Order: sequence, then structure tokens, then C-alpha cells
Amino acid sequence: MGMTMTQKILAAHAGLPSVKAGDLIEAKLDLVLGNDVTTPVAVGVFEKAGFETVFDKEKIAIVLDHYTPCKDIKSAQLCKTAREFARKHGVTHCYDVGEAGIEHALLPELGLVAPGELVIGADSHTCTYGALGAFSTGVGSTDMAAGMASGENWFKVPPAIKVTLTGKLPPFVSGKDVILHLIGRIGVDGALYKSLEFTGPGVSSLSMDDRFTIANMAIEAGGKNGIFPVDEKTRAYVEGRVSRPWTAYEADPDAEYESEVVIDLGALRPTVSLPHLPSNTRTIDEAKGMPLDQVVIGSCTNGRISDLRTAAAILKGRKVAPGVRCIVIPATQAVSLQCLREGLTEIFLEAGCVFSTPTCGPCLGGHMGCMAEGERAVATTNRNFVGRMGHTESEVILASPAVAAASAVTGVLTDPAEL
Amino acid sequence: MATGKVFKYGDNVDTDVIIPARYLNAPSPAELAKHCMEDIDPAFAAAPHPGDIMIGGWNFGCGSSREHAPIAIQASGIACVIAASFARIFYRNAINIGFPILECPEAAAAIQSGDTVTVDFQTGVITDETTGESFQALAFPPFIQNIIAHGGLLQYLKDRKDG
Ligand code: SF4
Repeated sequence: MGMTMTQKILAAHAGLPSVKAGDLIEAKLDLVLGNDVTTPVAVGVFEKAGFETVFDKEKIAIVLDHYTPCKDIKSAQLCKTAREFARKHGVTHCYDVGEAGIEHALLPELGLVAPGELVIGADSHTCTYGALGAFSTGVGSTDMAAGMASGENWFKVPPAIKVTLTGKLPPFVSGKDVILHLIGRIGVDGALYKSLEFTGPGVSSLSMDDRFTIANMAIEAGGKNGIFPVDEKTRAYVEGRVSRPWTAYEADPDAEYESEVVIDLGALRPTVSLPHLPSNTRTIDEAKGMPLDQVVIGSCTNGRISDLRTAAAILKGRKVAPGVRCIVIPATQAVSLQCLREGLTEIFLEAGCVFSTPTCGPCLGGHMGCMAEGERAVATTNRNFVGRMGHTESEVILASPAVAAASAVTGVLTDPAEL
Repeated sequence: MATGKVFKYGDNVDTDVIIPARYLNAPSPAELAKHCMEDIDPAFAAAPHPGDIMIGGWNFGCGSSREHAPIAIQASGIACVIAASFARIFYRNAINIGFPILECPEAAAAIQSGDTVTVDFQTGVITDETTGESFQALAFPPFIQNIIAHGGLLQYLKDRKDG
């Protein structure tokens, strides 16, 4: 029986000719990731077990992004623990304030993930790198510690859902709308333990940034990973970033899928998730007009340069509505610099937005935009659970950068085409 | 093998319910245990549970990747969690810290709070001593049994390395 793309990558890293769904395997890791929240726990586990050295200092990435620049003493202590561990073991890829950015935007940008590689990260959105045709998945801190100590970990080989994309996205519709639509259709546990394998003629029309956004939110459907085929756009992205050899895997023609979902990209409307579950989706036509207090444009889902270009195109020459706070957060230093060079920063500031240094910030209610009781935000982030951005009585509506920017201008949830 | 009294909860028990984020800075597992399930069942958090058994519905442990969740349940004395299904990061984390969990939708549906239940980890057989009913959970493959027997993934790796 044939294998899916995910199964082929797992088999190759386990040194096996083939694997099938349900198999338990031990596989070699190409990269182990942690952040300022999860690394300190992993360091504790690593040291308690008595490990003294890491398996490969080049294959560990520690990114201080959640509460940085540190918002309080507790977060400063966490960063210190992570930083000191990195120094002690000579971890090459430790990114601190001034060079960091949100981990899942930063790693691909720096060429730390290549197609066909196997990556684990102690952060649930590690699944983002599936956009590059890699297998990547979120794990806990003990997994991170095990990965750092041995360079291997155990995996249960997942079955897959085939997501066939056809057609082309209409104007003002983006990767975010594709993934919100999919989660709305299959639910928050629709892909539990499974891979979401994206395929079909519609894939080639999607930009890399759209693919990152889609793979990023596989976890919001319960998925173990989301993965895209490697094509010309992937090669163009990886070229100049990755110098080591890499492999493009393809699903076998007779690969087995548990089910198939077909999405006609051309028929999609801007889509939003109302409180308090990512699966609580509506088209903009059903939800527009809801009043807002805050707009957040950024995060590992939508803080890349094309997201900010989309937002800036809408905000250019316009003003943020009175009574609305609009916070724009580029995902990395490079995106920040690019905004400056292209004049986007000026557009945001003239419109009355706040333009922040890269950080996760308000996405997890950490800092830089926590909300009070009864307030409502439209955000380009990925989770709208109760209390995610602050008070348990505040609300988050998930949306694309285009919808978020248009809503900032009007002060109510808005279809960007109607602005 | 474990025998204990059942504490039963519903579907989608998330990691915020198991251990609220406000206690994540607690200094020890025992301290975490004091707040385990407190937002939905203050009585559970108030007492220790040596050898008791927790039952959940579908998607038990969904939400963040925080390992504090299985640590808190384990430290409260619970011998094992039986659920209809587990969210995958919780599933991994439980195994990795050497905490036994069993997936069995039939048992999760039939067994009631307060029943006395016996679990055989080797065979995956769950027996409700109160009603006399038995259920077959999928037994862990030897590889995972081995991790649990070593008390968790890191000790397993360390023992293997030290040979
Ligand atoms: S931006 Fe939000 S979802 Fe992404 S890594 Fe940071 S906290 Fe997590």
C-alpha cells in the first residue's frame, strides 16, 4: 500500500522502507525547537535526568518570543534560564531580543527548516513548517528535552485527511480564509491525531505566506501536522536560505486517506471565527457590523510581509476609527525592516496604528494589548478561546489581515471589498 | 494493575480546566495538585486521591502543550486516566512523564462516578467492580509500556544510554 507524504518523511527518518498509520516508530530529528515559556521546563527535565550534553548544538533552536522584551520579572527569569542553557551548551540558534521574532515565522525565514525534514517544537504551532513540505509537529517539554538529549523521538504514524484545493482565490480572500473555512467544516477535533495533506490544482496559486498561514492552524483542527507538496514556489523560497541538501517527498498515487475534503478556492468568501472556538466560523456577509474595541494584525499566523502589505494597502490614506486601538506587529526583525523600506511603517503610523517590535504579545494575552472585561477584538491570530487575549469576559474574532485592516478603519467588522 | 474509585468528567476537558494558567508558576507537582480540576470540581482539588481513577469523554486534555496538566493529575494521586479519546499533545506528555492513560470509549461511557474500577495495564482490561462489566482498551504496545515502566521518556533514554 502506498504512503502519504507525511508517512514517507517519517519512514525515511526512522530508517524503514515503509510505515503505515498506527505504527510506533523512533525517528531522527533534524531540528528541536523551544521558546521562552517551554524551554525552561525542558531544561529542568534535561538536567534532572542527568544529561550533560546536547546531541547536536546546530540542531536546536531556542527563540525568546512570547513575553519579550520581557514584560515582568517572572518572564525575565524564564528567559535567563533559556539563555544560560543555550550558552552553556553552545546552542548555535538561540535568538534573543533584537534578532528574534516569532519562532514560526523566524525559522523558515532563516532557512532552519527545509523540505523533507523532521522538526519537533515545544509549541503547538510548530506545524507551520508543513508549508515547506517538511514534517513538523508540536510536542511537550519532556519531548523537547528528549530531542535535545538524543536527537530522536517516538512517533505514532498518523492517518491522513486529503484536502484537495481547486480554483484560485478571489480578491480580498487569503490563506487565512481557507484554513478558517476548513476548520469550520471539520471542527476543532476533525483532524485529531491526523495529518492534513493539502493537494490539488489550487495549491500552485497560493503564495508561500498563504501556505504558512494554512499549515500554522492545522492544530486548531486537532491535527498532528499539515503539509503541502513541494513546487516551484517552495524551491524559490528555499533557494538562498538553505544550503544543505534536502529532499522533496511526494505522496504515492495509491496512498490511503481516511477522508477527503474538496475546497473550491474561487468560491470562498472572507471568513471569520466568532468567539470562543476557531470552528465557530461565519462568512463576512453573516457577521459584518459587529462593533470593536481593538484590532491586532500580527502573530505566527499572519505577521509576514505579505500580510502587512495587504493591511497597509487598505490603511493607506485612511484613519483608524475613533475609539479603536489598532496594533500592528511584524513577526520578525526582517519583516519589520522590510516594512520600513517599503514605507509600510509610515502608512501604519499615519493611520493611527501602533507599530510594535516583533513579539507574540497580545496573541496569548501576554502583553502589548491585553483586553478588559466586555471588550472585543478582531485579530489575525489563531485562537479565540475564553480569555485568550485578556479578561475572561473579553472576545476575540479571528480574521484575515484584509478583514482586520478594513474593520480598523470602520470600527465594525467589515468586508474589505465594501470599504 | 490499579484499583480505585472513579471521578468522572465530560468531553473536551481542556488543559486550562485541569490546571488553570494562574497556577503554572507553582513550585512543585504537589502544589499543582492542590489546584487540579479546581475550576470545575473544587471538591476534587481539596482532597488527595491515592489510587483513584479519572474518567473523561472525548478529546481529553485539549488546548495548550503545557506538561503541567498530566503532572497535576499524577501528583494528585490518580493512578490512571481512562477517556474516550485524548488530545494528542496531552497523550504524548502523559506517556513521556510515565503516567498511564487508556483510550476506551465504551468504558468512558458506561462507568459512573463513584464506581470502583480495576485496570490491568498489561492487557488493557478495565473492570467495573461495582457493576461487574468489563471493557477492553487498546493495550499499550511494548515500546510505550517500556517508557512508562522506566518512569518516563527521559529516564528511559538515560537508562538506555548508560546501558
Ligand atoms: S504568535 Fe501566538 S500562537 Fe503564535 S507562537 Fe506566539 S503565542 Fe503562540
